[in-house]
Amino acid sequence: MGLLDKARQRSPWLIHYDCGSCNGCDIELLSCLTPLYDVERFGIVNVGDPKQADILVVTGSVNQQNKSVLKNIYDQMPEPKVVVAVGVCACTGGIFRDCYNVVGGIDKVLPVDVYVPGCPARPEQIIDGIKLAIDKLAQKDVVKEEG
Amino acid sequence: MNVLNIVFRLLLALVVFPIIGGLIVGLDRKLTARLQGRYGPPILQPFYDVLKLFSKQRIIVNEFQVISVFIYLASSVLSLVLFTFQSDLLMIIFVMSIGAVFLVVGALSVKSAYSQVGAQRELMQMLSYEPLLILIIVGMYLMRGSFNIAVIMSQGRPLIEELPLLFLVMVIVLGIKMRKSPFDLSASEHAHQELVRGLLTDYSGLYLGLIDIAHWFDLMLLLGISTLFFYPHIVLGIIASLFLVILEIVIDNVTARLTVKWMLTYSYGLGLVLAAINIAVVYILR
Repeated sequence: MGLLDKARQRSPWLIHYDCGSCNGCDIELLSCLTPLYDVERFGIVNVGDPKQADILVVTGSVNQQNKSVLKNIYDQMPEPKVVVAVGVCACTGGIFRDCYNVVGGIDKVLPVDVYVPGCPARPEQIIDGIKLAIDKLAQKDVVKEEG
Repeated sequence: MNVLNIVFRLLLALVVFPIIGGLIVGLDRKLTARLQGRYGPPILQPFYDVLKLFSKQRIIVNEFQVISVFIYLASSVLSLVLFTFQSDLLMIIFVMSIGAVFLVVGALSVKSAYSQVGAQRELMQMLSYEPLLILIIVGMYLMRGSFNIAVIMSQGRPLIEELPLLFLVMVIVLGIKMRKSPFDLSASEHAHQELVRGLLTDYSGLYLGLIDIAHWFDLMLLLGISTLFFYPHIVLGIIASLFLVILEIVIDNVTARLTVKWMLTYSYGLGLVLAAINIAVVYILR
């Protein structure tokens, strides 16, 4: 494992997008940053800027209104990038899957790398999921071309 | 000055100092985490971050952005090199300012509203700390009769004895330059968010990494100037500079972000008054 791979594993910056979640998963996700779980010890930083993020964490089911927003955020992120779906709504659409405005899980819009089920997903589960995402991030090839 | 000496100074400015700067930023993140009751990232975290940023895909908004990042880095590097070669302090500050201006112009060259507002605020931050920095150097000039670092360092007694208030002004300058609370208006570090990423919103990948490295150079230059207050007691100066950094980190954690207007009032009201008193006393007593 090269130095770059190690650096990429040690410094995953994540951006969180709430795709119309009930806030249950969002609270659990943000609690990962609190002193009890402290994910910053793994170098994880919650950034607000997709251009500087490596991991896109999405909560909630996609609907017709925000699917273009989600796609836009994903497109702004530079390679290599991974997507984590947190909560059952983001994975499959959950109890909202049959609503007239709901598209379904976020895998209808984006290629999802890690699914974290649960309603809401527990912080331990989310950290496990992000750890899996970090391993996937290191496996992805470096894109060197100018974008 | 022989070749070995030149190589040694270049090595100091281009390798040793930026690494120490990166370690200080790592210490900052660790200490901040400890103050918040967290375990915190490893001390080497800034280096991992920069390496990772270098390996990311390069996305640019326009070419001018790239040019301005490189000019910012070049001027930060050059100002630290000039410092280790004991050049003219006034020139060092002007070289550093050119880089800071280009960072702002690069942020203004994109259309993002966050970047634009961040750039405007960064200009206000520069407006706050530049006069104070110049006054610190003017104080040193009054004491030694020269802006040249070699001349400033040539005389026996440390400057801090006559310029204690100007050293306090250094606390304000360092806080604004490090973009620490309550002065983290234009962009903020790590988990804090302001205007998304403010000034740095549209910089990403390699270019953000280069800005981080340039920031380490800037930090080391300011700490070098604060060490200069204690020359010839260099060890004491290094301890004082480290204390200054830790003080900034504590201030960062106990204060909240305030407005631009407050920053101007504070830096001009307190900083300029302290500097003016100190310089006036020195001027009258001599």
